[in-house]
Amino acid sequence: MNQNENVNNSEEMLASAPAAETATAVPDTEVPLDKNVRLMSPTRMVVRRFFRSKLSIVGLLMVVGLFLFSFVGPLFLADLGTVDEYGMIHYDPSDGKWGETELDESGKIEYTTSETTFTTADGQTYTIKQTTEKYLKDNLRAPISWDHPLGTDNEGYDVFVRLMYGGRISLTVSFIAVFVITVLGVIMGGISGYFGGAIDNIIMRVCDVLMCLPGIPILLIISTILDSAGIDAKYRIYLLMIYLTLFSWPGTARLVRGQILSLREQEYMVAAEAMGYSTGRKIFKHLVPNVMPQLIVQMSLSLGSMILYEATLSYLNLGVKAPYAAWGTMINIISTNTDILENYFNIWGPPGICIVIAVLGFNFVGDGLRDALDPKMRR
Amino acid sequence: MADEKNLNTEAVIDAPACAYDDAAEQEKFLAARKAQIEEDGKKPFDPDALLEVRHLRKCFPIKKSMTGKVLQELIAVDDVSFKLAPGETLGIVGESGCGKTTLGRTILKLHPSNGGQIIFDGQDITDLKSSQMRDIRKKMQIIFQDPYSSLPPRSTVGGILSEPVTVHNVVPKDEVKDYVLDLMEKCGLRDYYYERYPHEFSGGQRQRICIARALTVNPRLVVCDEPVSALDVSIQAQIINLLKNLQQSMGLTYLFISHDLSVVKFISDKIGVMYLGSMVEFGDKKDIFSHPLHPYTQALFSAIPHPNPDVKMNRIVLKGDIPSPANPPKGCRFHTRCPYAKEICRHVPPTYREYEKGHFAACHMLEEQGTN
Repeated sequence: MNQNENVNNSEEMLASAPAAETATAVPDTEVPLDKNVRLMSPTRMVVRRFFRSKLSIVGLLMVVGLFLFSFVGPLFLADLGTVDEYGMIHYDPSDGKWGETELDESGKIEYTTSETTFTTADGQTYTIKQTTEKYLKDNLRAPISWDHPLGTDNEGYDVFVRLMYGGRISLTVSFIAVFVITVLGVIMGGISGYFGGAIDNIIMRVCDVLMCLPGIPILLIISTILDSAGIDAKYRIYLLMIYLTLFSWPGTARLVRGQILSLREQEYMVAAEAMGYSTGRKIFKHLVPNVMPQLIVQMSLSLGSMILYEATLSYLNLGVKAPYAAWGTMINIISTNTDILENYFNIWGPPGICIVIAVLGFNFVGDGLRDALDPKMRR
Repeated sequence: MADEKNLNTEAVIDAPACAYDDAAEQEKFLAARKAQIEEDGKKPFDPDALLEVRHLRKCFPIKKSMTGKVLQELIAVDDVSFKLAPGETLGIVGESGCGKTTLGRTILKLHPSNGGQIIFDGQDITDLKSSQMRDIRKKMQIIFQDPYSSLPPRSTVGGILSEPVTVHNVVPKDEVKDYVLDLMEKCGLRDYYYERYPHEFSGGQRQRICIARALTVNPRLVVCDEPVSALDVSIQAQIINLLKNLQQSMGLTYLFISHDLSVVKFISDKIGVMYLGSMVEFGDKKDIFSHPLHPYTQALFSAIPHPNPDVKMNRIVLKGDIPSPANPPKGCRFHTRCPYAKEICRHVPPTYREYEKGHFAACHMLEEQGTN
């Protein structure tokens, strides 16, 4: 009963509120928006539209899942090891977990028994039974078991643990690369689009030149140089990716330039000019926020391609090298062992699936964002 | 002047096929204009005028050579001069493409000018750099035609309105919100609009936001660039009334650009009529509406619809289209469509001069009437 009364009251309030307002407020015959209706900000609208698409939710789950798997997973499922003063990693073999570069040394013991019978000069016959204990140090190509959820690889490393560490490398490297690409692209494209003229010409011609350069052959050369310079295997992939970003920003720069060229002519930019705002304020407070939607889409799509690039580099043995793990390096095993390709799917399959999931996930998210940010889809 | 006329008449008798040497006439006209510009340039600034425009010229390059030399240009504003006293409203009328908007934006120095002087508040602002303009920007603002593209889509109304206040330090930081809310109330916007985004508003409300934004910095001159032509008629009336009320309460001076003559008639004190980049007539609203001097103005004003259908209207219908400003006609620019065009109009550009007190026009017909 009480509840009913409340409902009635609030309905009355709602009905009377707009009428009272029109009577007292400014002389405005346009239908007033109800004061109590809180309309959504553009960002909230985008988020809502993004989550309306099932594919983008799937993509987001894939990406988030991979992140948890590779960054949180090792904390619980892997032996993190301790680093001594010389930079060597020591693993604890007794904790039941495996580390990134920890070899499974619990190799099987093979017994070979042989019997030798001989007769001595005094006619006595002796039989010598001999058992040879052959100790295989490393547990190679172990099948799937509780101890090794995905078995071990050609060297005796745990595939499951290395999968997580490989994800760390892939995701970190691609995020850093995309971040650097975006920053460079926004700065160069922004300058180019905003100032135009000779500056624009110079930057765009530099872009053209960079886009003409073939990536992989130059990477091969740089990789050789890094090898001869004795760069630590763990860091060479970062150096290679920095190189890659230096050659990949023109795409983003062109996108930003195009957007800024069209936004620059909008009347609100003329209004900003008439207000006497500084150039920096105009670019970073008025132009860049309006380029952000396209930029976010571009970033999420290029994350996928960066992961592929990293995998390619590692597969070609240009990137992360053994004993460190990367998805590409893990697949690389099959290039020398056709036996593994045929018989041990548990060694090369999982990293391949991870790459597919990562690239698909980022592309789904990117597509979802593109649809959500499209102003023509106002639903 | 009389001698010159006689000479011309003789020339017509001698060689009727080519009465005027176009190039020579053009040269003579340009020389006379140059002398006039130099003479006017030495004059002191009018202390009574808030805005004084002398021989303003604005060209846009159409074709450039490889070295960046301009081969062909479009003269959007050609030799426009006028004075505007504080508190007055100058209505600029003309067909689309006649340079009204360019004139307004060039006066605000949103486009660099290619000649002439802009004197604002006793200061020549023609050659000021953008850093020097920053303080003057506070005193002159603009309201745009399209309320949809003139508001940044990703800021709230409060953000849009408080940004200029903080940038120009109009009021101390802690009073910014109150100041903005006060201004919103003056412009007929409710306080709870503060948190909302431009896309949530209708055209009329957006235009109110634009007006409020222009007024945040307490300007003295507001260029209204067709502020009502994108709105429907009932909203137009509200916005025009709002502009008029604000003018009275804040002492604003308007440069009101429009192609709607009834709106201009309602709001303006003075009217300037533009045709193909040049001012063909300028004067008090009273004078211009009671006896327009220039044939273009006459034709334009005869086209104002009358609410009473029984009133017989004496329409002057202009033939043809407005010529391309990239390739304007020789002589008087209006001669291709002028019902009174004579030989002289096709070859000699008319001079812009004062025929009555404060009533300027540029037409050969008037010159003849005046001299005869």
